[in-house]
Amino acid sequence: MSFAQPLALRSGAAIADYALAYETYGTLNAERSNAVLVCHALNASHHVAGSYAGQPRSEGWWDNMIGPGKPVDTDRFFVIGINNLGSCFGSTGPMQTDPATGRVYGADFPVVTVEDWVDAQARLLDALGIDALAAVMGGSLGGMQALSWTLQYPERVRHAVVVASAPNLTAENIAFNEVARRAIVTDPEFHGGHFYAHGVLPRRGLRIARMIGHITYLSDDVMNEKFGRELRSAVEGAASDGRYRYSTQEVEFQIESYLRYQGDKFSEYFDANTYLLITRALDYFDPAREHGGNLTAALARASAKFLLVSFSTDWRFAPQRSREIVKALLDNRRNVSYAEIDAPHGHDAFLLDDARYLGVVRAYFERIASEIAP
Amino acid sequence: MSDDNAQRLIASLVPHGARVLDLGCGDGALLALLQRERGCTGYGVELADGNVLQCVQRGVDVIQLNLDEGLSIFDDASFDVVLQIDTLQNLRNAEVMLRETARVGRTGIVAFPNFAHWPNRVRVARGRMPVTRRLPYQWYDTPNIRVGTYKDFEVLARKNQLRVLDAFGLQDGREVRWLPNARASTAVFKFERK
Repeated sequence: MSFAQPLALRSGAAIADYALAYETYGTLNAERSNAVLVCHALNASHHVAGSYAGQPRSEGWWDNMIGPGKPVDTDRFFVIGINNLGSCFGSTGPMQTDPATGRVYGADFPVVTVEDWVDAQARLLDALGIDALAAVMGGSLGGMQALSWTLQYPERVRHAVVVASAPNLTAENIAFNEVARRAIVTDPEFHGGHFYAHGVLPRRGLRIARMIGHITYLSDDVMNEKFGRELRSAVEGAASDGRYRYSTQEVEFQIESYLRYQGDKFSEYFDANTYLLITRALDYFDPAREHGGNLTAALARASAKFLLVSFSTDWRFAPQRSREIVKALLDNRRNVSYAEIDAPHGHDAFLLDDARYLGVVRAYFERIASEIAP
Repeated sequence: MSDDNAQRLIASLVPHGARVLDLGCGDGALLALLQRERGCTGYGVELADGNVLQCVQRGVDVIQLNLDEGLSIFDDASFDVVLQIDTLQNLRNAEVMLRETARVGRTGIVAFPNFAHWPNRVRVARGRMPVTRRLPYQWYDTPNIRVGTYKDFEVLARKNQLRVLDAFGLQDGREVRWLPNARASTAVFKFERK
């Protein structure tokens, strides 16, 4: 969907003539009361559920959560996925041409924040004729958008489902983002963010950024269980008798092979400038900031009912951070339920099948559905 | 204690429209009853996944927390009533939790198994720990790690500057006000901070 009207951004800049890619699932009811907005995190998109015809392995990134008969049941809800501004999956982003200059945006793409995304999403809902959302939901950075929705447009959100998220990033978390950004920016093929003109991609930087990210999305336990100290040669069945290669640069351990594979895959489809933009949006998000760091004061604006979920081994968005949001909501006497799932998978758990997690979300959406039913 | 009459008796101690925190709320049945019939609002606190799920299914707001980690998430005097129904005896730091209950709520209501109920005394007199309908566990697998009596609680309440507003025993879903320490398998106390 194209937007001619400029969108004012938190940075003071504005973006005109932009487009947002979106998908919808299910049917909007006559009262327009069953809409659920699903917000995506760093490397996902508007394609939240279902598969594209004739394209095997094209399942949406939250296909285990959303669909007919699933916890967020598209037989009852009208689900909307929107690719955020600055991303690289169809919405206007750094890879596109700036109509004002006729050149590819590249590093000149304006810095966007979680709040800007929410404003852009709200405009898209306006165009769809949706005044109020039955629910807004998201995990990780998507959860930050869901939380921000309840503060920016409190009258338009009845329920917010915030999974594996946080009220802001800790110093350690910003530090991880910064290492990833430095990996990209210092790649000789980055060319100050204008690599498109040179016909190259800063793949090395993106690979390393992804490798770091991947480590932080898993837990020590799950990595040990999956890879342990297993040698690559053992997996390949080479006649090495499990001996070390005594090489500093060859892949020796399975975990190295896995990370390199993930990095390679990622560097082929993800835009380097988008990575910088989205990690910055994560860093900047801090609704308590304009309230002197007081999250309770910040969340006083929210009137939605909340479900929060966190995972015990998630150290990137630890349960403690979700509890801070819960506490601020309790202080404001808002309706809130909170499930802390004891799962081994780290931050990644929010995308995985866990009967307790999916069960709680399902039960919560049944409650939302019962409120909608006439 | 899941007995319907007992639940209704406890519910009747909670004022209409009260803001309630139910510590160890189980499947949320009591809170649902309080919301439905007494216009109360509030939250349950529960650790077990299955109970958390049932609360959400009932439309009861629930916070999944380990009570042994304390109640720091709740502000001082932020609830009219804090319930601890069959919870206190499972907590390692039962006294701290009692103080926390008094901090968070204007009124506290506690119910727990009374180990001085006469059948228990008989069993102990015979040299064995009690195993009854109310206390169906063996000594080595019981979750009831704080073994106390009706009278013990009176002493603990005094020690912690709690004013007892009402106290009685519960037996077979009925109030026991005469010799509750011997005649009731459950002790119920309603108290506030002095």
